[in-house]
Amino acid sequence: MSNKRMKAVSKRITTWSLVFFITFTAFAKEVKKDPQGKHEANPVNTQEEINEFIQHHVKDSHDFHLFSYFSGGEEHHVGFPLPVILWGENGLTAFMSSGFHHDDTGHTIVEKGGSKFVKLHGKIYELEAGASGVHFDEEHHPTNASTPIDLSITKSVFGILVIGLLMFLWFSKLGRQYKKSAIPNGFGRVLEPLVIYVRDEIAKPNIGPKYRKFTGYLLTIFFFIWLSNLLGLAPLGFNITGQLAVTAALAIFTFVIYMINGNAHFWSHQLWMPGVPVLLRPVLAIIELAGTLIIKPFSLMVRLFANITAGHIVVMSLISIGIVMQKQMTPVGSTALSLLLSLFITLIEVLVAFLQAYIFTMLSALFIGMAVADHDHEHDHDDHGNEIPDAEDVRADFI
Amino acid sequence: MEQLLENFSLDLFVKQTVLFLVLIFIMVKFAWKPILKALNDREEGIKNALDSAEEAKKQMQNITADNDRILKEARAEREAMLKEAREIKEKTIADAKEEAKAQADKLVKQAQEAFETEKQAAIAELKNQVATLSVEIAEKVVREELSDEKKQLKLVEDMLGEATLN
Repeated sequence: MSNKRMKAVSKRITTWSLVFFITFTAFAKEVKKDPQGKHEANPVNTQEEINEFIQHHVKDSHDFHLFSYFSGGEEHHVGFPLPVILWGENGLTAFMSSGFHHDDTGHTIVEKGGSKFVKLHGKIYELEAGASGVHFDEEHHPTNASTPIDLSITKSVFGILVIGLLMFLWFSKLGRQYKKSAIPNGFGRVLEPLVIYVRDEIAKPNIGPKYRKFTGYLLTIFFFIWLSNLLGLAPLGFNITGQLAVTAALAIFTFVIYMINGNAHFWSHQLWMPGVPVLLRPVLAIIELAGTLIIKPFSLMVRLFANITAGHIVVMSLISIGIVMQKQMTPVGSTALSLLLSLFITLIEVLVAFLQAYIFTMLSALFIGMAVADHDHEHDHDDHGNEIPDAEDVRADFI
Repeated sequence: MEQLLENFSLDLFVKQTVLFLVLIFIMVKFAWKPILKALNDREEGIKNALDSAEEAKKQMQNITADNDRILKEARAEREAMLKEAREIKEKTIADAKEEAKAQADKLVKQAQEAFETEKQAAIAELKNQVATLSVEIAEKVVREELSDEKKQLKLVEDMLGEATLN
């Protein structure tokens, strides 16, 4: 029994160290560039190229690119292609992203199912019938191509699937463990306190007695964001929560939930605020509605997106110090500086990864809590019969 | 703002929405529901266990208090019983003494009375005997005295002489 267990553990350690070895070498090779490259197969080593590289990294992409290296003056890309699934003028088409040969300028044309596709700045275009190449207008927008509905498993979608799978495996296992005993074992012991943390520190205090209904959503969103952020920190090139589309979707989920669950009390405070002069009420209603309908979801969306994107840009910029500052500081000095600074920022990013997941979940819980809160306590009334808000109401209105 | 909009990919938004919706439903069904239920049950169980422990402690305290009380009562009772027994003993002894004394007194009295009676009887007997003896002696003496004439005469003379003196 113990021998078997030992074997399993050592196997796991081997797997993990393999993963670490691969990712570490991937990272090492990415930084170490050959300065003798030709222009066509040029390593990324000038400031402009690095900027472009970072810009490219923070965006979603159709293939999974781990690193590139140079040998014999040629650039080799290491990574794996991802399926491209398109709904174009000729219906559903699917092919692997390797068909584009890492071309992002619209030169490589993939013919599939009677349609011609090109990839341009991370976007796939379908050429009009009969066209043999992309034509651009002055602003470099293609003129003879349309955008099909892109259902591809892009890098971010791949990451979302990986995280979803991980969450499902971990937590459904934890859920099954409770059938055998009241106390989980193994990795479940790590997960359980996190679940309790979200329930007791985020859901309960912000939502109140109705917390149970929303805890499932909050747990999902918390672990999804946290794992996405952490996956983004691993040197694999993921940037899931740094995609505006992803954070927008998450923010809209929260928005829809608190709009659907808002009770009469919530809407009365939104539309016709009690306890203020009647003339002010329409003004307040506009402010409140702007907050509820636009500012709250928008702030959720932008906060997460900006924090994670900024984190990625900062970490990559600090890493690129090792390349850009070689002339000024000697290779050793610049590498040491970039290692030191990027290590420091990466540690902070680990904290930020948790913090942003916490903030998003906490604010979601707070917004939901404001929408579903019961104000069953008695208000004092002044001479005109208006409610005198107590400290609790004032606090609730300001947060 | 334009940069933001350019970064926004509607395709990814739709994919994320659908995938996340699926994820929420799967996680709620297969993970969060059983986990939260198990946690709730466990916390409920712990709470109940603590409550019943508290209850047991209270009962224990009650029992201890009862025991103490009973012990105290028993001790008091024993004390009372001992005291009573002592009193009874003393009373019994006193009674016995008194009775014995009374009996002894009575016996002594009876004895005295018997003795007195005997004495009286003896005295009476003695008196009788003495009287008889005296009479007999007197008779003998008188007979002796009066056996010759001279002596009779002398007696008469003595008696007359005494009578004169009186």
